[in-house]
Amino acid sequence: MGNNVNRGWAAIGALVAGTSALVGCSGPQSTLDPAGRGAARIAELFWGMTAGAVAIWAAMIGLALYTVARRRTEPSPRAPALLIVGGGVVLPIVVLTGLLAWGLAALPPLLAASDSDRTIVVTGEQFWWRVRYLVPGGEAVELANELRLPVGEAVELQLESRDVIHSFWVPALGGKVDMIPGRRTRLTLEPTRTGVFRGVCAEYCGTSHARMAFAVVVSDEQEFARWLAQQAEPARPATEPLAVRGQELFVRSGCGACHTVRGTVADGVIAPNLTHVGGRLSVGAGLLASEPDGFQHWIAAPERLKPGSAMPSFAMLPADDLQALAAYLEGLE
Amino acid sequence: MTGASPGDEQHAQAERLLQVWKIPTGWRYWSAVNNEAVGLWYIATSFFFFLFAGVLALLMRTQLAVPENELLSADLYGQTFTVHGSVMMFLFAIPMFEAIAVLLLPQMLGARDLPFPRLSAFGFWCFVLGGIFLCGSIFFDAAPRGGWFMYPPLTSGYQPGIGADIWLLGFSFIEVAAIAGAVEIVVGVLKCRPPGMRIHLMPLYAWYALVASAMVLFAFPPLIVGSLLLEVERAFGWPFFDPAGGGDPLLWQHLFWLFGHPEVYVIFLPSVALVAMIVPTFARRPILGYGWIVLSAIGTGFLSFGLWVHHMYTTGLPGISLGLFSAASTAVAIPTGVQFFCFLATLLMGRVTRSTPMLFVFGSLAIFVLGGLTGVMVALAPFDFQAHDTFFVVAHLHYALIGGAVFPIIAGFYYYFPLVSGKMLSDRLGKLAFWLMFIGFNVGFLPMHFTGLRGMPRRVYTYPAGLGFDGLNLVSTIGTFILGAGVAVLVWDLVRPRSRQPPAPRDPWSAGTLEWVQEMPGKPWGIRSIPQVDSRYPLWDQPNLVHDIDAGRFYLPDAEEGLRETLVTSAVDARPVLCQRLPGSSFLALAAALTTGGFFIFGTFHWWRPAVASLGAALAVILFWLWTGTARRPEKDEKDVGSGLKLPLYASGPASIGWWGMFITMLADLTAFVSLVFGYFFFWTIHDEFPPTPNPGPGVFWPGAAAAALLTSWGATVLARRWNRRDRAFGCHAALLGGAGVATAGGAALIAGPVVTGLDPASHAYPATVWLLVLWTATHVAIGVVMQLYCCARRLVGHMTAQHDADIHNVVLYWHFTILTVVITVAVIAGFPLLA
Repeated sequence: MGNNVNRGWAAIGALVAGTSALVGCSGPQSTLDPAGRGAARIAELFWGMTAGAVAIWAAMIGLALYTVARRRTEPSPRAPALLIVGGGVVLPIVVLTGLLAWGLAALPPLLAASDSDRTIVVTGEQFWWRVRYLVPGGEAVELANELRLPVGEAVELQLESRDVIHSFWVPALGGKVDMIPGRRTRLTLEPTRTGVFRGVCAEYCGTSHARMAFAVVVSDEQEFARWLAQQAEPARPATEPLAVRGQELFVRSGCGACHTVRGTVADGVIAPNLTHVGGRLSVGAGLLASEPDGFQHWIAAPERLKPGSAMPSFAMLPADDLQALAAYLEGLE
Repeated sequence: MTGASPGDEQHAQAERLLQVWKIPTGWRYWSAVNNEAVGLWYIATSFFFFLFAGVLALLMRTQLAVPENELLSADLYGQTFTVHGSVMMFLFAIPMFEAIAVLLLPQMLGARDLPFPRLSAFGFWCFVLGGIFLCGSIFFDAAPRGGWFMYPPLTSGYQPGIGADIWLLGFSFIEVAAIAGAVEIVVGVLKCRPPGMRIHLMPLYAWYALVASAMVLFAFPPLIVGSLLLEVERAFGWPFFDPAGGGDPLLWQHLFWLFGHPEVYVIFLPSVALVAMIVPTFARRPILGYGWIVLSAIGTGFLSFGLWVHHMYTTGLPGISLGLFSAASTAVAIPTGVQFFCFLATLLMGRVTRSTPMLFVFGSLAIFVLGGLTGVMVALAPFDFQAHDTFFVVAHLHYALIGGAVFPIIAGFYYYFPLVSGKMLSDRLGKLAFWLMFIGFNVGFLPMHFTGLRGMPRRVYTYPAGLGFDGLNLVSTIGTFILGAGVAVLVWDLVRPRSRQPPAPRDPWSAGTLEWVQEMPGKPWGIRSIPQVDSRYPLWDQPNLVHDIDAGRFYLPDAEEGLRETLVTSAVDARPVLCQRLPGSSFLALAAALTTGGFFIFGTFHWWRPAVASLGAALAVILFWLWTGTARRPEKDEKDVGSGLKLPLYASGPASIGWWGMFITMLADLTAFVSLVFGYFFFWTIHDEFPPTPNPGPGVFWPGAAAAALLTSWGATVLARRWNRRDRAFGCHAALLGGAGVATAGGAALIAGPVVTGLDPASHAYPATVWLLVLWTATHVAIGVVMQLYCCARRLVGHMTAQHDADIHNVVLYWHFTILTVVITVAVIAGFPLLA
């Protein structure tokens, strides 16, 4: 068995090395490539704990292998007491006390409310995200499936759900918080660098749980302010002929029963607000690129792309109608 | 005995024993209740469910091998992971523990069987029926699809179809069976040990089984109550979890995890128990730190009930709760560590013999320790904010459960297989299976830690390419298929024909514990005679033990009356107190399981009439079973059980095992009731006004009247027992009948409260909770009335007499618990609104 054991461990070693090569840490959705204060603090915790865990694991497995490999040398009669009390009681108490002190110290800053007067309400719905910026004294600005934040500012998100339990998670910025019907939970995010990150729903919320993503765009203060001001504007009427036809189709097909496009007759509230949908990064909650093709695909086959979605299919529209609709939506910047 | 030589006499005894304990053949085989038969069926069935859920896992891994795969639809994937998780937990892990205990405990304790053989069989048949119902549903696209955790409102208002009902009712049915098994194991460990095996001499397995069973008794009831609430919400619209009706989805999470976390340890502890049996054998020395291990197991059991909130860190709890539960959750590492260091110390001080069981033990250690360490990591709330609901947790829980349960169980298979079949498993195949499983597992699950940290959530049926999940997922899939190949090798080793293989020698591993006195192959009597034990390793320490057992020199070497018997001993000192007659083969257990199952299965489809008819049939079968099979008057008061020891053949009250069975069952029942009351006060904490104003009822009058009537009935039952003892037949009958009448009136008065005040249970969580408390209590009262009438009838026909009064003792015990339920219910529904 000794040989087998050694070969086995060699294989594990190779596996660990191989896996690390495969991994790296970067990525738009990685907790280990932090772009926010919370995520950075937690990543630090992770690396520290991992180092400790590897050391403890190696020591225990080393000890176990030693008991098999041991030849003739008689262990001290005090060894068992030392092992059981030292290894089983004293060591964990010391290690865990240290760990709790260090780890829980991270908790107050993670849970602290921000002193910013900016509040963003995010509502989870099957299977998309309603985002409302509450501007003090002004009207709320509503959009969907996209969140924009200024860099360096701690912003409080108020999280709600309209149907089932969802969980709001932007791994690169911080931890997740559940969205629970009947309750309002809170999460403070403080981005530390600009960029585009990906957020997802982390709590199983039904068939298309896997299709409930959103983009988070972190930009500098001026750009953010410019963007927010633009979002507060009503939609500009379509001018290009194809888009004009698309706008008519939008009204005629009844899209406005569910969707709002501010500045037009479309004032439905149960589906994503499309006022500036053309300026967003994705269609269908992180599903498709926000390009004419993306819009067309989505409108024609929502049930195939996102099973269980409430959006009805408009596959019966002729292709040029779909094109026109897509052109209209694409133009809503 | 005169004239016959000792050899002939021994032979005749053995023949009679064999005849009495014979396992029926032909189709009647399925009426067997011997623990050897039931235990084997139980293990085989739960292992089959393990394979079934394993195939589902491979399907999921195939789906996730590449991004945007279309092998499984989103909906089918939802069913697959729900059934995989639920089956592994409820149809493999827990039943496997009880199955192994049913098979091995009597052997380890030198008992002929467990104390309630028909109850074991009943539990097994319920399990089979419920399991087939659940697993079968996925072939009809009707399986539950809300995750094994079944969070409402997804599972209450957003998943029409019967999937969720199958889960709620099917598993409640199986959980009831699991509780029955736990009662059996607790009473078996406490009351059916061999004389002299004081509680500190018990094999460690018995300790672990005791702790785990006790945990089942307190952990399963909250889930049963949770399932009841959720099913009632689904079926009748009582809004327990719907915020629009004053309910709260988080109540489910509390009830679920109050069960769910202890459950992990219910799976883990009995598996570690197998390690605790295997390690001394191959270290060639007694275990070191026996007391430490026992205390740690008990400590783990207690602590595990204080950790449930760590599954809810991300629900927006205040920092103080997060901190406290983080501390409690990490603390459970201490007793766990103590157990492992005891094993390591034993190995260190012994001379380790290499063997396939030990290989799996070492594999288990390597895997489980890593799972434990990542467990400490996720126990820390800040890290869990990121790791929760990601593949990191998937990796963690599989390291903990495959390392902490699957590998030890396979080690147990290789170790104990000779006891079951009389043959050894193959060392060669065992090693092959081990390395395939060990390497496959690590290749499959180690990368998942990184997949999760790179941001991949759990329970997604697919993922976009290019986010860094692709390569990792492919490696995971390859690994799990290697793991699957290892399992296939194991299965082959278990089922391959072995008619030409020589039988294993007796005690093939030179172990020291009592189960290894078994002959190869084993006899259905369990043990030839029940020995006096005065060591933890009697086979190592007591010379001539095997020889004396075989020669029938110890207790109960004969079955002269042609009845199954085992010894009952005192709980701590194991002094023999009773010769317990055990029931033999019967289809009653199967009939009871079929009729009880009918109630749950018809209920799933909302076919109320067949459901109620089935429930009535179940009641009739169970009454017939009790009437014919329990508390039978023996033909004489006492008998010589061997070595000149005379023991009574009948006992009532705490001296009888039936009373212990009732007591322990009622503890579980009371736990369920407390969970219900917890629901009431949980609503009180989340509402500004609870009960909501204007106070809608149920008022004070009717609940008060009910309490008065039921207290009277309880008093009458106690009096009936006293008068029966004094042989005052008329007084006894009058008290029982009067008690039943008053109790019926009391139950009606209890229901009258909410009826008269017009409480509409579908309108709000408050009336719904009041109604459920009332119905719960009224059901208990109704059962109490049946019991009173049962005692009356038993006395009338002479099954119950002044001396033979086990029935009424048990009924009084039941009424003690019921009156507690009544008093608490009335205090809550009538008294609390006055204060609130």
